[in-house]
Amino acid sequence: MEEAIQKKGNRLMVTIPGELDHHYAEQIKGVVDKQLENGSIRSVVFDFRNTTFMDSSGIGMIMGRYRLLSYMGGSVAAIHVSDRIMRIMQLSGIHKFIEISQETVWNQKRK
Amino acid sequence: MENTNEMMIEFDSRSCNEGFARVAVAAFATQLNPILEEVNDLKTAVSEAITNAIVHGYEDEVHTIRIECKLTDHEITVAVTDYGKGIENIEKAMEPLFTTKPEADRSGMGFAFMEAFMDKVTVRSAPGKGTTVLMKKKMGCESTPFD
Repeated sequence: MEEAIQKKGNRLMVTIPGELDHHYAEQIKGVVDKQLENGSIRSVVFDFRNTTFMDSSGIGMIMGRYRLLSYMGGSVAAIHVSDRIMRIMQLSGIHKFIEISQETVWNQKRK
Repeated sequence: MENTNEMMIEFDSRSCNEGFARVAVAAFATQLNPILEEVNDLKTAVSEAITNAIVHGYEDEVHTIRIECKLTDHEITVAVTDYGKGIENIEKAMEPLFTTKPEADRSGMGFAFMEAFMDKVTVRSAPGKGTTVLMKKKMGCESTPFD
């Protein structure tokens, strides 16, 4: 799971796997929190380009990181979110706390 | 005679089995010719029930989870059972955002998601005996089942 994260200055990019359930949420939580420990990270961006499944464990993991970051004045965002995952996020109310972008990967690659 | 089809699986309450179990249920449900959204709804609801069994029922100890599925005309019934801790107050447990484990980043949305994505959710539980989550969903209503 270490390979899923990339540090760019004070921003942490996290590539979410194909399915974000309790099993994978725990793994991502582990690697992200290790990076947050030294306090230099100000924003975490979760990239959902490969992700087709998410349940409430994913919501819990994102909200937990949001809480940690907001104590430090930081922020959390989700990008490349599919319609299905957008629906799950809206149902949970998490879209009120984090920035969500649905822009497709296809557009991103052509830039 | 009523046209039905049933299956049952039992597996260890390890988090690495969550993906396998929800896909097994979804694959069985394809006999009803559901649309993609119905399959996704089913997978999410089943995943929530299994996660509850692992995290709350067995509190991360490894024991058996049992899933029973029954297909009838255009409807799937799924029962997810653990033989663990049980739920003290079912009504409270089903309230959105209620969780006994906020420190473990549990969102408290598990039952809310099951209810959002299935037509009917019933919980039977007794402290010390375990929990069964019974869920029903109509699907594939555009087609003839078991063809």
